[in-house]
Amino acid sequence: MAAPVLRRGCRGRLWALACVDGGSCHGRGAPTGSPSNRIRGQSSVAQQPLHTAQKPRKGEHNWAAVVGLEIHAQISSNSKLFSGSQVRFSAPPNSLVSFFDASLPGTLPVLNRRCVEAAVMTGLALNCHINKKSLFDRKHYFYADLPAGYQITQQRLPIAVNGSLTYGVSAGKERGQVIPKTVRVKQIQLEQDSGKSLHDDLRSQTLIDLNRAGVGLLEVVLEPDLSCGEEAATAVRELQLILQTLGTSQANMAEGQLRVDANISVHHPGEPLGVRTEVKNLNSIRFLAKAIDYEIQRQINELENGGEILNETRSFHEKLGCTVSMRDKEAKQDYRFMPEPNLPPLLLYDATSLPIGADPRQVIDIDQIRETLPELPSVTRERLVQQYGMLPEHSFTLLNEVGLLEFFQNVIKETRAEPKKVTSWVLNIFLGYLKQENLAVSESPVTPSALAELLDLLDSRTISSSAAKQVFEELWKREGKTPGQIVSEKQLELMQDRGALEQFCYSVMKDHPQVVMDVKKGNPRAINKLIGLVRKATLNRADPAVIKEILEKQLSS
Amino acid sequence: MLGRTLREVSAALKQGQITPTELCQKCLSLIKKTKFLNAYITVSEEVALKQAEESEKRYKNGQPLGDLDGIPIAVKDNFSTSGIETTCASNMLKGYVPPYNATVVQKLLDQGALLMGKTNLDEFAMGSGSTDGVFGPVKNPWSYSKQYREKRKQNPHSKSGDSDWLITGGSSGGSAAAVSAFTCYAALGSDTGGSTRNPAAHCGLVGFKPSYGLVSRHGLIPLVNSMDVPGILTRCVDDAAMVLGVLAGHDPKDSTTVHDPINKPLVLSSLADVSKLCIGIPKEYLVPELSSEIQSLWSRAADLFESEGAKVIEVSLPHTSYSIVCYHVLCTSEVASNMARFDGLQYGHRCDIDVSTEAMYAATRREGFNDVVRGRILSGNFFLLKENYENYFVKAQKVRRLIANDFVNAFNSGVDVLLTPTTLSEAVPYLEFIKEDNRTRSAQDDIFTQPVNMAGLPAVSIPVALSNQGLPIGLQFIGRAFYDQQLLTVAKWFEKQVQFPVIQLQELMDDCSAILENEKLASVSLKQ
Repeated sequence: MAAPVLRRGCRGRLWALACVDGGSCHGRGAPTGSPSNRIRGQSSVAQQPLHTAQKPRKGEHNWAAVVGLEIHAQISSNSKLFSGSQVRFSAPPNSLVSFFDASLPGTLPVLNRRCVEAAVMTGLALNCHINKKSLFDRKHYFYADLPAGYQITQQRLPIAVNGSLTYGVSAGKERGQVIPKTVRVKQIQLEQDSGKSLHDDLRSQTLIDLNRAGVGLLEVVLEPDLSCGEEAATAVRELQLILQTLGTSQANMAEGQLRVDANISVHHPGEPLGVRTEVKNLNSIRFLAKAIDYEIQRQINELENGGEILNETRSFHEKLGCTVSMRDKEAKQDYRFMPEPNLPPLLLYDATSLPIGADPRQVIDIDQIRETLPELPSVTRERLVQQYGMLPEHSFTLLNEVGLLEFFQNVIKETRAEPKKVTSWVLNIFLGYLKQENLAVSESPVTPSALAELLDLLDSRTISSSAAKQVFEELWKREGKTPGQIVSEKQLELMQDRGALEQFCYSVMKDHPQVVMDVKKGNPRAINKLIGLVRKATLNRADPAVIKEILEKQLSS
Repeated sequence: MLGRTLREVSAALKQGQITPTELCQKCLSLIKKTKFLNAYITVSEEVALKQAEESEKRYKNGQPLGDLDGIPIAVKDNFSTSGIETTCASNMLKGYVPPYNATVVQKLLDQGALLMGKTNLDEFAMGSGSTDGVFGPVKNPWSYSKQYREKRKQNPHSKSGDSDWLITGGSSGGSAAAVSAFTCYAALGSDTGGSTRNPAAHCGLVGFKPSYGLVSRHGLIPLVNSMDVPGILTRCVDDAAMVLGVLAGHDPKDSTTVHDPINKPLVLSSLADVSKLCIGIPKEYLVPELSSEIQSLWSRAADLFESEGAKVIEVSLPHTSYSIVCYHVLCTSEVASNMARFDGLQYGHRCDIDVSTEAMYAATRREGFNDVVRGRILSGNFFLLKENYENYFVKAQKVRRLIANDFVNAFNSGVDVLLTPTTLSEAVPYLEFIKEDNRTRSAQDDIFTQPVNMAGLPAVSIPVALSNQGLPIGLQFIGRAFYDQQLLTVAKWFEKQVQFPVIQLQELMDDCSAILENEKLASVSLKQ
């Protein structure tokens, strides 16, 4: 079997990496956010057919996988969770470090209001119960990028609990169908991010960057309601969209603003759950799906070959596409949780409990935050389906690409063309070009106005749809011409002269008697061939519908 | 001039009887003379002289910053001081120079106070003798007082020489010795289980522990965050109130400080009579280990209140006896957590071992911390283990609540302040003190002071009289939370009644005879 050999190979490599600092490789899933890992698009993974472990294969028992996720989202805020240091990605190392962040003795945490509001907002968007009293705890472990020797988190009483996240999985068979699924949200807790360790292999050194140390995180814990990589990936993608819509996190995985750990086990349905492993370092949605599916399959193979699953932490090796054990002592580590004595309980209020005469700067009103919630992605999609009659699948695609929905809505605003036409052009042609060149919507050479003008030309039958595609290609070259200019320069207008068109039809029929015979014999596809020939003769400037009408008339006469 | 109180010297500065620089130089010279007391770890001579110079300018312009302008003060070496080494008397922080001032230090400096230096303590304030720091023990100035020496001569068994010097108590012993030996007018201590009140009692000073949440802990290197309070050591109650007025108040950098609990500036009224007061005497504080002298002083103090018309009643604080063991669990747990940051990476000591990060951590911490600190870290981590947390930490927290409720019940029964001893006995000789280990001593010495920290209440130790050996004895008043002003007002009345004698150190500092100006004979109203 290939897999075990491969795995040993991976483990060997990791050993080499882990020995760099001479200490244990401590897996806290801290991606370094290297640009090479950057994958454009948080685009929909749902399009890829993914193996799901639920399907029994030949000769196998029926296995079911159980997947739970812990998602860390960096809160989008100007300053850190407990200090006044700025939060900024890719600032020079150790340039955003306050005395508290460096854990200088005698410094104390002061809670950042913005982070609390972000947590409440996220909790509300995920249908959580918001705890009016929550507590902070210290979680202890020694690691070089955790200067205090403990992380302040919310272990006993988190800020939000018992929510749910609904996401859609494509049905596959029927086009455009999306099946809604729900995963329970166990809790959302506020906690500090750690710093970053940068291992210098050559000099056997570890360099510490504390810029990230103390940045506010929302840890969203999902119950183990997921059963495969695709479900996990779509759920995370939906969460990402929600966070971005709320503005509570930029949730860019490549920049480490969204990090996912997965707890995975397999069992036979009806039997107790299997031993689970935790897979860390999942820093893209695609790798998340791959890692989970790999791990599920690995566990099944292991068990079917009489092996056993260890309760361990594994990391996903991106190049090899497999998970490898992290050789960690941490699995049995006791975090020695203790209440954080320097922070009083975090009290939140609602309209009914708000103390009279309370200083609004000193209190947080849950109801007030509820009122400021923006339209959530699921509502937006429903609106798109209702308003423009598009397929649910299309509404997903529109939201999944950053800026695409706005682009679409701008085109709609400026064109007379049917929404369905706009949807089709934006999702098929426009998005296709973007993907081909790996561009973001904001980098597109074609503006919404240009596309709107082009669609108007198409709508008024000034040009054919194939000519429209030609115009679009010209637009993409960024030559600064309007669709109208391109049409007239390239003489792409449809022939309006019916007499001339009749002449073209007549000539084609005369030159292709065999095809004419086929039509008359009743071959339905033969007429299309004639239409194609006429269009070719007119250099694609004729409307195929008109050609067909003329041909049919001439054939029947 | 050096023997005066803070309030008196403040008036003298305003009247131009002395300049800040003269005052500063006198104190610096005395610090040098009393170096053998080991009260200071760092003497910030240059800083103090520069501050004095600036203060002098302000006085010349008629614009002093406040009552503390030009007044020499000292700060325990577990408060962060910008640009001045802050060691906690530990190898771990030798050479550590904080880049910021603790809020309390900043507030004193903002008032124009002169920082004479950083005072000695038990390592990381863990101790009750000021004997367990890496810079050696602090000697009690009373060891060299005329009052004590004369009594020693009368005792045929006592040895002559310096070998019988006394401890100051602790852990803020350096601050107590500094104020007691007239090297400054007030000093900051810290008080987690009695660390300000205990040395105050042994050194004949007023030692005040404010309500938890009244004074900022920002910059105080923590022992137990939930109990630590900056403490104030002065020669009289008015001085303590004056310093409290400067320090008290909400600090945005310390989320556990409360908003505007007291009026400022804090001026204590003189109580004309105590007939409206109710003084509580907790019966559980009468323990067999209490010295008979202190017990008798305590009861005379109660009689004094009663004879002046106050209501004196016995109260019960039934959970007192659980306080020490409960404190042990909570203190060591927080210590284990708070000490985790000392790993040799960011600041402080780092060992030479670099085979692995873990080996570096281990060696750094072994070299950096003394046995007491390491012992507490070990116990604390044990109590916080998942399997032990419920049985130890959570239980201790519940007991803490019961202890705090004991006080609430006593105050709800109509008591205004509680009157208790501060310590079991007067200061003991160092050689006797070190016969027991730190843990045993701490457990014994804290019994009257430490329940107060559990409950976050204000408490003050007031010097009352000299023992048969000629050593100071203090009694403690405990008030309701945030009734610090009321507490100090009662203490001030009491202080006036007892007329505690000034320490006579003329043999030590013969050319500083000015201190004899205010000499009072040991004529104490409570003691015949």
